[in-house]
Amino acid sequence: MLFDRPATTNPIDQMKVVGKPLDRIDGPRKTTGTATYAYEWHDEALNLAYGYVVGSSIAKGRITSMDLRAAKAAPGVLAIVTAENAGKLGKGEMNTATLLGGPEIEHYHQAIAVVVAETFEQARAAANLVKVAYTETPGAFDLSKERAAAVKPEDSEADTQAGNFTKAFASAPVQLDETYTTPDHSHAMMEPHASLAVWEGDELTVWTSNQMIAWTRGDLAKTLGMEKDKVNLMSPFIGGGFGAKLFLRADTVLAALGAKAAGRPVKLALSRPFVFNNTTHRPATIQRIRIGATPEGKITAIGHESWSGDLPDGKPDMAVQQTRLLYAGENRMTTTRLAVIDLPEGNAMRAPGEASGLMALEIAMDEMAEKLGLDPVEFRILNDTQVDPENPEKKFSHRQLVECFRTGAERFGWNKRTAKPGQIRDGQWMLGYGVASAFRNNMVMKSGARVRLDRDGLVTVETDMTDIGTGSYTIIAQTAAEMMGIGMTQVAVNLGDSRFPVSAGSGGQWGGNSSTAGVYAACVKLREAIGQKLGFNSEEITFADGQVKAGNRSVPLAQAATDGDIVAEDTIDYGEISKKFQQSTFGAHFVEVGVDSATAEVRVRRMLGVCASGRILNPKTARSQVIGGMTMGVGAALMEELAVDKTRGFFVNHDLAGYEVPVHADIPHQEVIFLDETDPVSSPMKAKGVGELGLCGVAAAVANAVYNATGVRIRDYPITLDKMLDKLPQIS
Amino acid sequence: MKAFTYERATSPAAASAAMASTQGAKFIAGGTNLLDLMKLEIEAPTHLIDVNDLGLDTIEETPDGGLRIGALVRNSDLAADARVRRDYGLLARALLAGASGQLRNKATTAGNLLQRTRCPYFYDTNQPCNKRKPGSGCSAIGGFSRQHAVVGVSDACIATHPSDMAIAMRALDAVVETVRPDGTTRAIPIADFHRLPGDTPHIETTLDAGELITAVTLPAPVGGTHIYRKVRDRASYAFALISVGAIVQPDGSGRVAVGGIAHKPWRVEAAEAKLQQGAHAVSQTLLADASPTHENAFKVTLVERTLAAVLNEAKG
Repeated sequence: MLFDRPATTNPIDQMKVVGKPLDRIDGPRKTTGTATYAYEWHDEALNLAYGYVVGSSIAKGRITSMDLRAAKAAPGVLAIVTAENAGKLGKGEMNTATLLGGPEIEHYHQAIAVVVAETFEQARAAANLVKVAYTETPGAFDLSKERAAAVKPEDSEADTQAGNFTKAFASAPVQLDETYTTPDHSHAMMEPHASLAVWEGDELTVWTSNQMIAWTRGDLAKTLGMEKDKVNLMSPFIGGGFGAKLFLRADTVLAALGAKAAGRPVKLALSRPFVFNNTTHRPATIQRIRIGATPEGKITAIGHESWSGDLPDGKPDMAVQQTRLLYAGENRMTTTRLAVIDLPEGNAMRAPGEASGLMALEIAMDEMAEKLGLDPVEFRILNDTQVDPENPEKKFSHRQLVECFRTGAERFGWNKRTAKPGQIRDGQWMLGYGVASAFRNNMVMKSGARVRLDRDGLVTVETDMTDIGTGSYTIIAQTAAEMMGIGMTQVAVNLGDSRFPVSAGSGGQWGGNSSTAGVYAACVKLREAIGQKLGFNSEEITFADGQVKAGNRSVPLAQAATDGDIVAEDTIDYGEISKKFQQSTFGAHFVEVGVDSATAEVRVRRMLGVCASGRILNPKTARSQVIGGMTMGVGAALMEELAVDKTRGFFVNHDLAGYEVPVHADIPHQEVIFLDETDPVSSPMKAKGVGELGLCGVAAAVANAVYNATGVRIRDYPITLDKMLDKLPQIS
Repeated sequence: MKAFTYERATSPAAASAAMASTQGAKFIAGGTNLLDLMKLEIEAPTHLIDVNDLGLDTIEETPDGGLRIGALVRNSDLAADARVRRDYGLLARALLAGASGQLRNKATTAGNLLQRTRCPYFYDTNQPCNKRKPGSGCSAIGGFSRQHAVVGVSDACIATHPSDMAIAMRALDAVVETVRPDGTTRAIPIADFHRLPGDTPHIETTLDAGELITAVTLPAPVGGTHIYRKVRDRASYAFALISVGAIVQPDGSGRVAVGGIAHKPWRVEAAEAKLQQGAHAVSQTLLADASPTHENAFKVTLVERTLAAVLNEAKG
């Protein structure tokens, strides 16, 4: 189905099932431990062996020798695969560093061997016996030192401009010019990367934990030098991904290589430290923001420059992208620069780009509002735009940022905030309110699905879409139920299998809207096939209450499949419409914090997120995503930081004790409001993404609340007590 | 984890004797720290002596009005004991500030005192660490040291002792009771139990080879207001950046032990003698020899400010 005109009325608009706050259909399996995660597949392969990864102990250099004798002689060892004996390997399109390194070492804990043994313990013990000698090469590990050497990346949008920023900024009556930093972040999802690889002849089947089945299947085939159709990938349940599982990673490649070498199925999970230093992370940024405005608060110039680093041939963090679209202003510029940094590979994590960009931009907006003597909510409203400011003839498809702020301010009690910081006390606590815009572009992705009606009236959906804890199973079932006029119990959903039609996958908050649109398209075809089968000629046929109806005639749906299943398959694809309009999602985050007047510990007291992002397909799963994002925002604001050892070149705090994310005690009260809207430009579902929107801007709202509480402005994340302690009032 | 043999000890003396006669043996009680270290091969015992059946799991009153806490009393049980809550509030609060409910259900009194540092370099076997591999060097010095010690440090090690419970035990003048392989027993004041790193940071206590902790005794209650204030980046389930354990009497005198700043619970009697003069005076003496790194210099300020808040709270 080509989607090239705004959606008109369609069966989804009935909202009998779609739009209802239904429980997750996969919930019972997850809460009873019967949802099988990657490392839990047992019965799929007899005679399982276990793999354990050996990682480089240096950050950069070359292996001079590997002594495998002791490891090979260790109890239970079946095979050891290194770059030397693995045969020729390719590199995935989405990978920067190679997934089996050697002799060149590109980063710390880059995999250099996999040991396969009868048991996990034997594999791990033997892995520790592998002796490696290296020649180290000096590396670059400190972004602030490499900033000057950073270059313009190949991306055609590395530099953008409109009007004359330099002139407008120089002549602006009110100016802000500040620099902000964000540290390296780790996804820190609960489930580590894990794979079970099984060879049958020259065909490889992998059970894994992955967000993007088609990407990863393709990259696995490319890495192993195989035909794609000889590779099957299964990932029905995923214990968190946040971008860490968008791509092929070492667990999958090494399980496959280990299984081939051992002649047995091999199961392999990355140990926790490897999640931090072997896989990808969100790179650190340095961001300079300049804003010029009239005394009345109209932005006349806005500039955002960002520096980040990655391994050679890597990519930058696109921290500036929201600044091109979020606020009005005739004169604008952004630049993105990329330095070579020899830390583990940087890549997408939790709202890549906007998450780091808004951490800086939305503090800058708060600072600017203060300079102008304006309320930060009013300052943002004053600079709203309904068109792409770089390209004013391009309108936003639907933009309710102002409504988000108005609704949120009312609900939160924003009028209780004092403009002057450090005014409100509750015993030892200094209290403050903060606000920030949430913004994330709405990407639409081609997505396919297959639907089957059987003689019992059960509709089964098959697509390689994944559910990373977001609710994909449930919203897909809701879509099929709505389209086919049946209840949720009459729908079965099978996901995460490369033998199913290729979907949008889970990433960039495109999955919900795009994958359900694909199911919509397949269901339209199924409805046509059923109508024909049942001999309806009318265009006006309806599907409701398990019946197919036209005029006075009503036939049970199941009857269409009496002599065999009816199957339909289709893919939603997007025409020019996705380029005619600017599609984005919007929100406003409000936060109240307390700062301990003695210790400078920051504790969030309450949070409110207001989101405007099209039709909400399931308010319960959507809320769950948004509060998860808000929690991640608190982490980014207050604690998350990969500590870099700038001499040895690695992330030191590589476990969940050292890399802190919020715990329940950090998140006392969260509220989410979804504005009632539909966006017919986005898809037939009239929905948009919302998962990442929940995170975007939150950290800055916390930072602004800390400033409002204390009068101390911190521009370097995370806002830990050591950065504020000397600036707080004396204790009497 | 390397293969190991295992036995269940039947008496404290037998356990201690078995330990002394078996090369590479370790005691195991709750296992909340040891098992993690074994998985990482930081500890690689060839033999484990399980002491969980020794019956050292009761809390008894002593003739002089104190408490004798069996070595195997679980942290959760100790924190919930009515006598502890009434007379040794500092101990109950310190225990509940540590770890999580699940871990406290397993972790024992003796094991808590013996837990190893949480220095991230100690946990990464690729990195030099004098505590893990004597003579290999210290990666934390000149590396990431935000969590590390600021007093009592050496050129060999700047690790901290991570226990919350031990801070309370130090302020309460606890005594560690042990049995040695030859069957003799002794009582070690908590002040002498943990060592500073010096040039042997791998030797963390004054226990002899094979010596087994059987109990920790608390002297008779000293009254006063008991406050344990743990400062950390997140609200729960994190090791202390610093912690202050204080017992403050109505006249403003009292005791102070500080966690998160040294290789052992940090208490300086000459410093706490100045409690009536306020936090600044105490901190000046308590941290007189501080030599922090660039990354953890904030701890010096943080101790003083936290102590000031604790003293304000004690005044009510």
